[in-house]
Amino acid sequence: MPTNDYVAHAVGYVDNEGPKIVTSRFSDPDSYTLDRYEATGGYNATRAVLQMNPADVHSQVRDAVLLGRGGAGFPAGVKWGFMPPIWPRYLVVNGDESEPGTYKDRLLMERDPHQLIEGCLITCYALGLNTCFLYVRGEMALAQERLARALNDAYAAGYVGRNMFGTDVGIDVVLTWGAGAYIVGEETALIESLEGNRGMPRLKPPFFPAAKGLYMKPTIVNNVETLANVPWIVLNGADAYKRYGSERSPGTRMLAISGHVNRPGVYEVEQGKVTFRELFYGDNYCQGIRDGNELKMFIPGGGSAPWFFPEQLDLPLEAADVGAAGSMLGSGAIVVMDETTDAVRACLRVVRFFARESCGKCTPCREGTNWEEKILQRIDDGYGRLEDIDLLLDIGSQISPGNYPTASFEAEGLEANPFPPKQTTICPLGPSSVAPITSAIRRFRHEFEEKIAASALTNGHHGDADHDEHPEEVSA
Amino acid sequence: MTSTEASTGVPFTLNGEDFEADNGELLIDAAERHGVHIPRFCHHPRMKPVGMCRMCLVEVDTGRGPALQPSCMLPVTPEMKVETESEATKQAQDGVLEFLLANHPLDCPVCDKGGECPLQDNAYAYGPGESRFVEEKRHFEKPIPISDLVHLDRERCILCDRCTRFASEVAGDPLIHFIDRGSQTQVNTFPDHPFSSYFSGNTVQICPVGALTAAPYRFKARPWDLEAVESTSMIDTAGARVVLQSSQDKLVRILGVDSDAVNWSWLSDKDRFIYEANTSENRIVEPRIWSNDTHRSVRWTEATKVAARALRIDPERVAAIGGARLSLESQYAWTKLLKGVIGTDNADAQLGDGIPGALVLGVERATIAHACQPGSVIVLVGPDPKEELPTLYLRLRHAVVEDGVKLVEITPRATSLSELASVRLRATPGTVGQVVNAIVTESFDQPIGGVDGSRLRAAHRLLTSDSPVTMVFGRSNLAESARYIADAVGGIKRLREDAAFLPALRRGNVHGALEMGLTPGFLPGAVRNRRSVFGNWASTPDFEGKDTDGILRAAVAGDIDTLVLLGADPMADFPDRQLAEEALDNVGTIIAVDTFLTESSRRSDIVLPAAMFGEHDGTFLNLERRLSPIRAKVTAPGLCRPDWMIAAELSLAVGPDLGFASLDELRAEMSQVIGSLEDLDWDALASADDGPIIVPRRNWDLEFGDPAALPAVSSYGFRLVVDRKLWDEGTMIQESASLAKLAPRAELRLSPADVQLMELSNQTHVTVDQGEVSFDLPFVADPAVAPRTAWLPARLPGFDVRRLLAAGRSITNVRLRIPDHGESDHDGGSEVRHG
Repeated sequence: MPTNDYVAHAVGYVDNEGPKIVTSRFSDPDSYTLDRYEATGGYNATRAVLQMNPADVHSQVRDAVLLGRGGAGFPAGVKWGFMPPIWPRYLVVNGDESEPGTYKDRLLMERDPHQLIEGCLITCYALGLNTCFLYVRGEMALAQERLARALNDAYAAGYVGRNMFGTDVGIDVVLTWGAGAYIVGEETALIESLEGNRGMPRLKPPFFPAAKGLYMKPTIVNNVETLANVPWIVLNGADAYKRYGSERSPGTRMLAISGHVNRPGVYEVEQGKVTFRELFYGDNYCQGIRDGNELKMFIPGGGSAPWFFPEQLDLPLEAADVGAAGSMLGSGAIVVMDETTDAVRACLRVVRFFARESCGKCTPCREGTNWEEKILQRIDDGYGRLEDIDLLLDIGSQISPGNYPTASFEAEGLEANPFPPKQTTICPLGPSSVAPITSAIRRFRHEFEEKIAASALTNGHHGDADHDEHPEEVSA
Repeated sequence: MTSTEASTGVPFTLNGEDFEADNGELLIDAAERHGVHIPRFCHHPRMKPVGMCRMCLVEVDTGRGPALQPSCMLPVTPEMKVETESEATKQAQDGVLEFLLANHPLDCPVCDKGGECPLQDNAYAYGPGESRFVEEKRHFEKPIPISDLVHLDRERCILCDRCTRFASEVAGDPLIHFIDRGSQTQVNTFPDHPFSSYFSGNTVQICPVGALTAAPYRFKARPWDLEAVESTSMIDTAGARVVLQSSQDKLVRILGVDSDAVNWSWLSDKDRFIYEANTSENRIVEPRIWSNDTHRSVRWTEATKVAARALRIDPERVAAIGGARLSLESQYAWTKLLKGVIGTDNADAQLGDGIPGALVLGVERATIAHACQPGSVIVLVGPDPKEELPTLYLRLRHAVVEDGVKLVEITPRATSLSELASVRLRATPGTVGQVVNAIVTESFDQPIGGVDGSRLRAAHRLLTSDSPVTMVFGRSNLAESARYIADAVGGIKRLREDAAFLPALRRGNVHGALEMGLTPGFLPGAVRNRRSVFGNWASTPDFEGKDTDGILRAAVAGDIDTLVLLGADPMADFPDRQLAEEALDNVGTIIAVDTFLTESSRRSDIVLPAAMFGEHDGTFLNLERRLSPIRAKVTAPGLCRPDWMIAAELSLAVGPDLGFASLDELRAEMSQVIGSLEDLDWDALASADDGPIIVPRRNWDLEFGDPAALPAVSSYGFRLVVDRKLWDEGTMIQESASLAKLAPRAELRLSPADVQLMELSNQTHVTVDQGEVSFDLPFVADPAVAPRTAWLPARLPGFDVRRLLAAGRSITNVRLRIPDHGESDHDGGSEVRHG
């Protein structure tokens, strides 16, 4: 019997109608056990693969056009081909899911750890390597626990390790976890952390992981969801996989919807087949905005993504379309905000996240995000100045030069800038803080101005605002 | 990189002009070489790039459209188009500068860095003139001492990673690190672990802001008031290149100079802060004569007259010890006075803690660059370089860590390089000659000196590979005879005829002293005294003189009437303190040419005040035989004179005159007399990047005998290892206020296995019994120590380990026991098992 029931099993996942590729076992209460996994066809894919030529396994994944699910959406099969013929080489699984709004990988690790382990084994076999590192986010205690247990069971069953499944193939899966830093979700920072160093990104070039990754050896870093798809693809074939989703983006995606909808949660959705409108309002999905309110804006792909507004509701949930509209589907974290939302405060909340999570390496990110947060906090506290609005945009352009892509461009009849933006930093964390600012200011500048107009500085009551907000402190 | 690749330039376009870069050259360096300066903070030419500050962002087009790239991390690739003046570049650089200044305090007027601050300079050239940052700045506690010598002001820090990279990459002391993150990121030490690196001062020099300041220099001067001159550090034989800075005729700072051949801009803290001794109030500033049980100040004329009288005697009854403090010119002058005028050959610059002069002068000399060339093999038979030759240590460490140099270490205890060594042979005291002999003769069947056959075999494999071999040799143990080291050198020479050698002697310009003949049997130019005509000298000694050991023994026997101490303090430095004391008591007249009243010069009849480092011009000869300038920056205090001038004055009084009255005349004579200096352009030395290597024209060959047999196993169970630490009770260190307190207390170090076997784990002290004397000493278990050896550095406060030593012993055995509990059953017993 499971001993770790302190987190309710079903939290977060919505078992709706539709094809299930990676969440097929999620509704079973014991989905994370080896018994349940094997009872539902688990490890058959590995058995089959071990009879195949590694190159054939690789080409099957390439033919399936399995797009990376970590955010950038790069085809995994193509990425695997980037490794030079150098050994040792490594597979690293990026389970450091921490983008604001994302919680799909956590569910995959908590609910179906064996599926991920099997994905790792198949990938290792296809790439001719024998060591895989599973890096799990530091805060995900249940995922760590269940993965550890699953690994122990799989090792005990002879499915992982030396002579797996009685063959002469040996693949080790090493479980490790972080100390709690968003930046470690960035692959080069993850590698640094895995090596035991402070998690700070490396510059690409020269440190492209496929060529110079973990311990300066060729390394493939894949997202949890990406690898969770692999056993299904191997078992059912690339053609079967491509029957789901759109031509450009086959298969399904796990989307994590949070915010002001009636039924938030993680949904497995066919790629490109559903629009944001259907997702938010459809009975099969989120069932509408809370209290029947109007939609004000939504973040289509995690805190780093420029905001979308009601006019983008009919875009299909496909990376390319979302990208062309000036944002990104990223890791599939959708945050919905209704008309009651304070745009300035929402912006502050997201910016604060990035400011606190900046690793401190690049000056523009370290100093810029902190400055942005301070200005936004000041505006929200009632000490804003009109020039702060342009200053915010200016700081943004110093972190991410040029026009930052925003969906508002299109609404204003301007050409949308494609994502990703330019950056003066090594990794995209700093530029990510610019997304909420440009989105909020371009669309809701008046809200900033109203707040500033009401501020103590603008009204000449320098320093009074605090007292107004806390009259009891004045009398004390 | 092969030479053909190096010669093929990489064509690239810089601001519309076509240039060529070297293969693999970073864009920031290539641009600099072509006259285009790209601003930077984190980039340092002697460290790996990190791309952290982002100040060096420039627009680069490699065919996929222009993009902002950090030029410090980008090697130039063919046809790369670079714009350092474009709008995008300017905007990025201006942006970074504004960000850096956002939280940086505007305390330049009270900041030590003000006036020489890269951030200040770049703020004039880049970024908005006025800050738009109206928020409260970041606050940290104002300077916190992160070590005894370095203060850290985290508010000023711009997190360029230079100091932290230096600590981990260059020094190998990763004691400072980034902690916290985002805008709270800060450099700091681990709790209760100060940044006690021997190299901490380098972080101050490379800090691009005033975040790191050196305790000895804080608030002492403003950069625009400083005068500077390039010189050479004289604290050890590496000869690190330095710049001496003074304000109001006082030395206030020493900085490292990037000499490609030697120290790559790095200095040890001893090189850097030793100048404090110059202004110590204990300096001897006027001649003194002992009379009526006290020292009395006299004029130079009187002192010279009295001294000359003592020197005008039978030359065999005159002796001189020391000379490593002197410049090459002064060493020549003194040799000429002693050997050419007075006629004594009793002169030794080493104090019984070195290597016989003939061996040092006779081996084929390597350069540091030769030893450290990628793919070569280094054999270390000597002291811990980090303790005795710290700048050499940095080069050796870099060679092993970065350039694939293999290190074979044959030492009685683990050194700072042990962790990096490919083969570690822990030869117990007295066995190193036989251990090397076993390697040479391929006797791998049985262990020798505590080293098992497989390790001997591994060493043999490395030493006989195709790689060039350099041996770094010196005294690894003052408690064993130098004979064993000589045997090891002979062994390596037999094994590899092409081997080159770096004699890791410790004291300042001792190589200059040996080269100039301040060692028995030799004349200037490393030529043997043939008792015939030498240069323009009136005569040469007609007998073979004694080394320091022999001189002191002769003094005890009453055979020395006049002893000259050329900056030597045998009372404190000679390994046998009792012998030194008796010798000094027995000598008729002691003439000390010194800068401080040491234990020895205090007993002198005549004290002649010498100018110190930084107060006289001259030349330095380092362990590679590389010449470099020693320059005067400040006026010598009082009546202090350069040593060569003192020799000339004395010679005039003893008669005949030395024949030169100025440094130029002295140098002209040296060029005339000494073959290796014949074509030397003395004036060019001061401006040369790396000084020239001189090659002596020897009139003799080095010969080696059979290695000495293994010392007999003694019932005294432990063999003593005595060496030196960087920080000790040395006179110069003790006269430098900031360094005086750094010497650790004396503690006996024993291997953890022995501590366990002797059941000492709940003891704090152990009785050390040398047969004639015994002492209770504090001890610690230290895995650096091999079983059955006991390690105690010399000249540490708390205990003078020389009380356990005696001159002439081949090794020193001691017995250890629990205090007041009788003898331990550990010594010589048959039941002792290690493991």
